This record gives sequence, structure tokens and C-alpha cells, in this order.
Amino acid sequence: MHSTEASAIPGAAQRRTLGVARRRYGELVIQGLLFAAAFLSVLVTVGIVVSLLGPTIEFFREVPLTDFFFGTDWSPTFTPASFGVIPIVVGTLMVTLWAMVFAIPFGLGAAIWMSEYARPRQRRVVKPVLEVLEGIPTVAYGFFGIVFVLPVLVDVWEAIPILPGTPNPVSMVLAAGIILGIMIIPTVGSIAEDSMSAVPRGLREAAYGLGANKLQVSTRVVVPAALSGIIAGFVLGFSRAIGETIVVLLVAGLIANLTINPLEPMMTMTAFIATTGSGDIATGTITYKTIFAVGALLFAITFAINMISIRLVRRYRQVYD
Amino acid sequence: MASRHQRRQRAAVDAARLATERGSVGVTRAKEVAFKAFLLFSVGIGIAMLVTLIVKAFVDGMPRLNIDLITAFPSALPEQAGIQSAIVGSAYLMVGVAAITLPLAVGSAIYLEEYADKDRWWNRLIEVNVQNLAAVPSIVFGILGLAFIVRGPLGIGPVILAGSITLSMMVLPTVILASREAIRAVPDSIRQGSLALGATKWQTIRHQVLPAAVPGVATGMILALSRAIGETAPLLLVGGVTFITFNPELDPQDWFGFDSQFTALPLTIFNYLARPQEEFRTLAAAAIIVLLVLLLTMNSIAIYIRNRYRKRLEQN
Repeated sequence: MHSTEASAIPGAAQRRTLGVARRRYGELVIQGLLFAAAFLSVLVTVGIVVSLLGPTIEFFREVPLTDFFFGTDWSPTFTPASFGVIPIVVGTLMVTLWAMVFAIPFGLGAAIWMSEYARPRQRRVVKPVLEVLEGIPTVAYGFFGIVFVLPVLVDVWEAIPILPGTPNPVSMVLAAGIILGIMIIPTVGSIAEDSMSAVPRGLREAAYGLGANKLQVSTRVVVPAALSGIIAGFVLGFSRAIGETIVVLLVAGLIANLTINPLEPMMTMTAFIATTGSGDIATGTITYKTIFAVGALLFAITFAINMISIRLVRRYRQVYD
Repeated sequence: MASRHQRRQRAAVDAARLATERGSVGVTRAKEVAFKAFLLFSVGIGIAMLVTLIVKAFVDGMPRLNIDLITAFPSALPEQAGIQSAIVGSAYLMVGVAAITLPLAVGSAIYLEEYADKDRWWNRLIEVNVQNLAAVPSIVFGILGLAFIVRGPLGIGPVILAGSITLSMMVLPTVILASREAIRAVPDSIRQGSLALGATKWQTIRHQVLPAAVPGVATGMILALSRAIGETAPLLLVGGVTFITFNPELDPQDWFGFDSQFTALPLTIFNYLARPQEEFRTLAAAAIIVLLVLLLTMNSIAIYIRNRYRKRLEQN
């Protein structure tokens, strides 16, 4: 912003005459306090890493790394316990994948509409509504899944006999995926729309001048030019879907089975953490440590994804600023 | 710079190419109509779902949407169960979150906007860290709360203060980002005028920048609170899911009730939803209506502040 960097020598001589007569220690104390407040957010991250790492290391003293990462049987609270994390990782990925199947086309569609097609007045109405959609509590979405999406899906499968498989009426991956997908449309859409709005008018006008129509301008000029921002939106939506807990807990089920059938219930990493962590488990037991091992894995995955998205957003800002 | 020119050229060439390879007018027109229909569907599906959700909650919750809902305490007997301690618990949490988050977030924002030298690595670290923290799954904050606050070093148990701290850590990045925007929007001329009159940097911030940034900060804070009030996942780990049949006591000796065990509105709703009985579902639907009304009120206040502020800026 307005930095007063003294890099050149002629400026330095002038600065001395304009400098403060005496040090104001009160000002320095305030600056120190403000820095401490800002640095506290770093300490929160450090706190997360430390609190996850300690029990995770202890966990891996008892459970071999290969059993955890390559095992296909997840039953940590049974005797004999088994700690193969693959079923709940696949469960998380399945739900997220189905969420993206719905969020990517519709999120992008909503963004294109808002950025290229909507009149200013329509935009002013629709945008706040989508913001409300983003602010609805996840328990409300969970309720919606139980009382609406699940029964409707069962009805659809009954009505159309050629659809393969039979949906589980109590909980299934597909229902959770649909709800999460619609839930993250605003996340995906608003970032994509921001980057499309940042595309210079000149590009659009050049294309129109050459005889392109609106569809062609939107899909072949604006979308490619805004691609890094659009992908950043996808990535952020992906990370939101991976970390979602309540909807998957209520709709995707609590059975850690390894399948690729979206009509079956599956347990996700977050669902495991929430159900196990809300029970009364004694500190230091293997079950307690398992929560942290799964939490560490979840944190590592979302951390990597967030870093990619931060990079991408920075890139699209640089291109047209 | 090179990439910018390349991009422009590529886009122009693409546009020229597509202009020459157009098919018949009828096909192009049909494609346009289909595409527009798809776009409208994309926007509509979210809105349709929102409307269905609200209607469904009203229809299902109607039988229990009465005064007993608010006056009765949670219970395992659905006919007698209500949400009183949940509403009080949520109110307590919001007070705690606001008290913890506001000074920290505003302090961080002032530092990052007014003091931080962006070329220093530690300032860049803080900035990237805030961005990353904003996207950490909420359940991870629950784990941190469980390990550090409920048990472990602080060890204060599953009480309101623990819930407040956990939720504060979760919404802190959002409020920091909103406060930074508000501070950045204050024109530089105001700062320069104040400094030129001999005010120190802190005097300038305290008396000129902060008052001008209050509406933006308030809007960000209210929106963050409305996120915190609907959040369930971290509270599952920090609060527990037992029925709480009492309100915290406003006793100064017990930290004004902040060391009381608690439940919150979304937590109680979740608890009811996880039960198989139909009556509990009705109860949950009614409680969701209460939660949505609360949220709508908070959001309306935030939008009102934002619009008022915008008008004032336009008048100036």
C-alpha cells in the first residue's frame, strides 16, 4: 500500500530531517499487539498440526503404516480391530465425486448465466438468493436429505424399472452426493463468476465483431480465458465436499463398506471422526488415537487441495489485473 | 506480460476460427436455445431446492411449531421435548464467539493492512495461513477443540467456553478477510490528511480508519456469527450429544455460566434427526424453522448495514 521504503541514498538524507523527533514506544507496543493478534492465526494452524501429530504418531506405534494405508477392512472399534483406511477414504471420494458430478456443470452454468446472460436486475435478485443457499446450515440439508431426497430417489428407481440396482432407502452415497453437489454450487459458481467478470470486455467484443454468437463467446472465449479461476472454484468446492460432516453422517450412512455402487451406504472419514469423537472415549485409548490419525489424513488432503486453489486464484488475478 | 498477450491473441484467433466454421443458422439457433435453457436450469436448481427445503420444513414441522417448542427442554420423550436449552446455549455461544473473534480479527486486519510489509516472509506466511485456515474442514477444528481445550493442556471440559473458542477459531479467518476489505475501502486521502495534521499512525487508525470501517467489520462479523450458529460438526466433538435439561446460570462466580455444559440449536436438531421415530423428525423440522428464522434475521441485519453504508458512501 503506502510503504515508505528507504532504498535510494538521496531519499535517505531527506528522510532524516522529516523523521520523528523521538521514538514513540506506545506506538511500538500497539504494533506489537496487533502483530500478536495476526500471528495467533498461525498458532491455530500450529495447534492443529501439533494436536493431530502427537496422537497420530502414537497410533502408528501400535498400527503398522501399511495396515493403515493399504488395508481394506475398517473396523477400529471391534475386537479384533482392523485399521485399513481404504474403505472410508473411498467413501469420502465417492461422495465427493458424485457431488462434483452435479456441482461442476451446474456451478459453471450458473456462473456463465450470471456473468454473460443475466441483466443487472436479475443478477441483483439471484445473487443474494445463491448466497442464502450457501448459508443454510448443514443440519437443514441433512433433514432435507432424509425427508425428501432419499424417498424421491427410491420412488424414481421404482418408477423407472430400467435403472440398474436397488437404492438403499435409509442411506446412500448418491443422495449425499446430490445434496452436497447442490450445496457447493454457490461456492463453485461465485469464484468462477468472479474470474469471468475479470475477463476484459475487449476479448468479447472482438469475438462478436468476428460474427460469433453469445453461446460461442461464452464457451470459447470467456470460459478459456477465465479457466484458472474456474478451476480454483472447482478445487475449493471439492475441498468443501471432502470436509463436510453432517450431511454425510445423516444421509450417506455409517457402514464402512468398500463398494463403488452409489446406491449403497458408505462411511466417510468425517463421519467416522464425528460418530467416534462424540462418544465418551477415554483419552489415550487406541480408538481415541484413531480419530486423530484419520483427522491428520483429512487435514493433509484438504491442505494440499487448498494450496493448489490459492495458487490458481493468484494466477487469474495476475493475468488481468 | 507475455502470457497476457498470448492469451489475448489465442482468444482472438479462436473467435475468428469459430466465426468461419459456423453451421446452418437453424442448428446454431437451436444450440443457443438449448444452452440458455441449461444455464437457467443451473441457476434454478439451487433456488428450487431452497424453496423445497423451506416448504418441507414448514409442512413437516407445523404440528410442533408452538410455544411449547421453545419453553420445553430436550427430552427422550418426543411429546414433551423442546429446544429451550438449545436456544439459550446457542445465544451463549454467539456472545462468546463475538467477544473472542472481534478483537482478534480486527487486530489482525489492522496489522495486515496498515503495518505489514508484504515483502517480509512472516507477513506472507500469515496471509497464506489465513487463506488456508478459511478452508480447513470444520470437523478438524472440533478435533483441535477436543484435544487442546476440552481435554489436554486447557482441560476445561465440554463447556460453553470450549465451544465458543472452537467456533471462534473456525470463523476467525472469515472475519479477518471481511475486516481487511473494510479497512482497505477507507480512502487513503483520509489517512494522509490525518498524518499531515500531525497525528501518529495509531491515532490515525484509531480515530479515522476504524470508525470508517465499522459497518464493513460489523457486516462480516454478523455473517460469521450466522455461520457459527448453524455449525454442528465441531460441536459434536466439543459439546457432546446428551440431553441438556437446564440453562447455564448467569453467576459471576461461574464465569457467568460459560463453564456450564451445553447443547446448541443445530446440535439438538442433529440429535433429533438421528433418531428413527417420526415424532422426532417433526420436532427437528420445527426447530429448523426456528434456526432459519434466526439466520434470516441476522443476515437481514447484515444486508441492512451494508446497504446503509453503501448509500452513505455514494452521497459523499
